Amino acid sequence: MTKKDVENVETTVDLSVKIGSMKLKNPVMLASGTVGYGNEISNLTDLNRIGAVVTKSVSLKPRKGNPPQRIVETASGMLNAIGLANVGVEEFIRTKIPFLRQFDTNIVCNIAASSIDEYVECTRMISPEETIKAFEINISCPNVKEGGLMFGHDLKAVAEITRRVKAVTDKPVIIKLSPNVSDIAAFAKVVSEEGGDAVSAINTLVGTSFNIYTRRPKIFNVTGGLSGPAIKPVALAKVLEIKRKVDIPIIGIGGIMNWQDAAEFMIVGATAFEIGTVNFINPNAGVEISDGLWEYCRKMNIRKISDLTGSYVI
Amino acid sequence: MIIVNAEVSEIVELGNSIFLIKVHAPKIARESTPGQFCNIKVSESNFPLLRRPFSICEVKGDFVSFMFNVLGEGTRNLAHKKVGDALDILGPLGNGFKFDDDYETAVFVAGGLGAAPFPFLTGKIPEGRKLLSFIGGRSEKDLITYGMKNTLLSTDDGTKGFKGNVVELLEAKKELLDESKIKVFACGPTPMLRAVKEFCLKYGYNCEVSTECAMACGFGICQGCPIQAEDKEGYYLVCKDGPVFNINKVVL
Repeated sequence: MTKKDVENVETTVDLSVKIGSMKLKNPVMLASGTVGYGNEISNLTDLNRIGAVVTKSVSLKPRKGNPPQRIVETASGMLNAIGLANVGVEEFIRTKIPFLRQFDTNIVCNIAASSIDEYVECTRMISPEETIKAFEINISCPNVKEGGLMFGHDLKAVAEITRRVKAVTDKPVIIKLSPNVSDIAAFAKVVSEEGGDAVSAINTLVGTSFNIYTRRPKIFNVTGGLSGPAIKPVALAKVLEIKRKVDIPIIGIGGIMNWQDAAEFMIVGATAFEIGTVNFINPNAGVEISDGLWEYCRKMNIRKISDLTGSYVI
Repeated sequence: MIIVNAEVSEIVELGNSIFLIKVHAPKIARESTPGQFCNIKVSESNFPLLRRPFSICEVKGDFVSFMFNVLGEGTRNLAHKKVGDALDILGPLGNGFKFDDDYETAVFVAGGLGAAPFPFLTGKIPEGRKLLSFIGGRSEKDLITYGMKNTLLSTDDGTKGFKGNVVELLEAKKELLDESKIKVFACGPTPMLRAVKEFCLKYGYNCEVSTECAMACGFGICQGCPIQAEDKEGYYLVCKDGPVFNINKVVL
């Protein structure tokens, strides 16, 4: 029996969710920096079956990124310090967007900047592109001085970025929050107050790793962003914390490897979720997670997956 | 580039913790060219988390072999695989050697496990061309000659062959290199590749090197494996633009 047949004879499961005005066919989003601009991974998975694809952070001007070594594996995780290597806004519009147009998914453009004006300018330039359905503002890259983290730790700056970016686009604006703060909900609250459509949480946690024989850091940047299953419990706690204090859609991120992890994020409060590190290991994980959630909902008699969001019992 | 669950058909220890694992992977076998690599899942769990990249060592019919050295958790897991086990393989990845351009003799330079891509390449060198394989290692036990022809050996400690490193051996055998038009293919530790590059630039030999770098995905999405470009601003990616580069393209 195919999935369609099951659907007809038993029950239908509505996997769709909404982030602001953006409707996703399922809550699976591919995280920024883990799928490039979609071209390589499209050989290994069907992007038409993904709720949304978040493109690699784009900045006003191209950036060549950090020297090697950029990544190192850690216990059930990895540290990366890529340094926001990207093609810049002009090249992004000219060569990357046309490729992405062919897919029946939502393309979310992630923006990194070194000044508030630059966030605004990038958004203003890209906003007329029909292919781009929403913006995710990276105020939390831990790996470059100008990667936004200095904004991500400053409530006033986050308020100003949200307000000014919203002013130059009609499309949903998602602010990607840093976990490296003492009160993440306070940041989500500011985003909500300034009209932001959603927050995504969490970006990577700052970490490092040293070679004990040379006593040198294993990555050039000394510190990097920790991702992968190692950070999942932290990410879940941050999502829950935001959910309990602020009324704003949350996109959960942090170490999701399979549909069970994804369901856990939705239960603690995520409307949708992004998968990142797993794409490096299993590029088809997004499709498998979507199928897994569909089965889970069917078995649990959940008609709409959006009913799962924040359904925790404490 | 595909992901397959390939069955292990043979696993042998060549000696000194160097293993050769052979899998049944027809599609990968058909698509592969020497110098390309595969990214292999070495664990069912989240530890080790990332795939491990290995050069394609040999392709025979529907079978693909990989050579590896047991160094950490990942390769230890791989060494424990048994005939009949499934192996999750992503590949073939990257760009291989250009072995059909204009030269009369292919000169292979391998340092330690750098020998891995050469059995495959040896079989692909067009008929009628000559082959010379320079193989170096720290000591006799580190020399890997598997699948290679016309070998000349060097060891740092002099326990076998020429005493010195493999580039010093090239220099010592320069007469041999000048008998015909050569192309050098090198794979090994970065300091060795750097020395091979210097040697080839000095004498004007055409040379390609197979480089390595820590990487996560193996196909360009993580951007984790930069190598400094020599012919442009910025970096190439080892996984996607390499791992084989002409020496004029990269800073080693």
